[in-house]
Amino acid sequence: MGPSSLIVLIIAAVAFSGIAIMLSRFVLTATKNKQKGEPYECGIPTKGKTWIQLNVGYYLFALVFLIFDVELVFLYPWAVVAKSMGWIALVEIVIFFFILFIGFLYAHRKGALKWV
Amino acid sequence: MWSLAHIANEIHQWLNNTFNPTWTLIIEMVLAGVAVIGLFAALGLVLVLMERRVAAWIQIRLGPNRVGPLGLLQSMADTLKLIVKEGLTPDGADKVMFNIAPFIAMIVAMLLMAPIAFAKDFQLWDLNIGVLYVTAVSSIMVISILMAGWSSNNKYSLMGAMRSGAQIVSYELSAGLSIMTIIVLTGSLQVSDIIQAQSNGWWIFKGHLPVWISFIIFIIAVTAETNRAPFDLAEAESELTAGFHTEYSGMKFALFFLAEYINVFIVCAIGATLFLGGWMPLHFGSNNAFNNAMDYIPSSVWFFGKTFFLIFLIMWFRWTFPRLRIDQLLNLEWKYLLPISMFNLLLATAMAILGWHF
Repeated sequence: MGPSSLIVLIIAAVAFSGIAIMLSRFVLTATKNKQKGEPYECGIPTKGKTWIQLNVGYYLFALVFLIFDVELVFLYPWAVVAKSMGWIALVEIVIFFFILFIGFLYAHRKGALKWV
Repeated sequence: MWSLAHIANEIHQWLNNTFNPTWTLIIEMVLAGVAVIGLFAALGLVLVLMERRVAAWIQIRLGPNRVGPLGLLQSMADTLKLIVKEGLTPDGADKVMFNIAPFIAMIVAMLLMAPIAFAKDFQLWDLNIGVLYVTAVSSIMVISILMAGWSSNNKYSLMGAMRSGAQIVSYELSAGLSIMTIIVLTGSLQVSDIIQAQSNGWWIFKGHLPVWISFIIFIIAVTAETNRAPFDLAEAESELTAGFHTEYSGMKFALFFLAEYINVFIVCAIGATLFLGGWMPLHFGSNNAFNNAMDYIPSSVWFFGKTFFLIFLIMWFRWTFPRLRIDQLLNLEWKYLLPISMFNLLLATAMAILGWHF
């Protein structure tokens, strides 16, 4: 079907979800009271703000991921031609991985991959 | 010969003869949309039931067996129940984001259907960067999870979403690298090329050691990426109630639930396409009698058979391994899977250049 299938799929997804949500809105009988709108934290009233600072570990892993993800994007065109290019492709990717691995080791020694 | 491609062709011919080209295109788009929605609903119903039946079978109990014959209508009943539940938005939530998140989850799940070859010549869009498209689109999933978790104004949701985000982005790397071995061996990103390259044997048979390693890594990585046990920290019931969708109820919850199962189906379909030959029937060398007998089984049956085998494998994991802690989870990825899959890619490249696969 070609590129137009993407439009079809997006419309189909929105229509499916929209119809499902609207349908349930028509069927149900909703009541409103104060307790209903409170956050569900297993019955205990919530304390303080929710949007607080989180463990820095998540941020560090996201940064390391970013480095490797960019590398992964570089790898795709390489992977397509690797077989036809022969040994030169392998040598190049070994050099690329070597540099990357040094960076990885640096992050490891600095403790970026340790969960605190 | 009766096949999905044949039916699609017949419909296309008939529409072309009956209407003018513009109307043909519009009607085909509507038909494709309806077909995909139907597939979505059917997959949701089947997979939820399958999950429960497999769980029951592994734990030696009966599972749902009251509604309909063999409990086949159980998920229908569950859907009905979810329809009459109220889709509540908490007072403190970021209302816009809270309501958009399930839509994004569904759109991502739906968009991933485009490059999947369901049967011979039966594919919505055979784009020349099919595999790259899948990896790119599937990483949007994490945004919907983060949106849902952040906008809920619930500490459990936020924790679940952050964990889920860290986990998904981490395991995306080794999933990407294990997919890369197949791209190196095939030399193409197009899904139909990858399947065609397996016409004389699936990659798992002719790829030897590197493909076996990357298949195992791929299965582990996609189990983690779809947030399934043993990597289900994001919705660990005993710690976080339900993770990022704690605050969701009714149909919005059902949409997340559905998107989750569709994602399981899609990653298994990708795995079946890359490693197990997609719709290619099983062939053994020059054993002609056997090969011809296998050719008689329709290609769609082969595709769905392989996909559901992988889905079964992932469901089996759930009842076999205990849940990991988050530091163990990240250790497994960064200290074991990532170096192994990087080294494995070099091995696969050397093998592809030497021509050791047949």
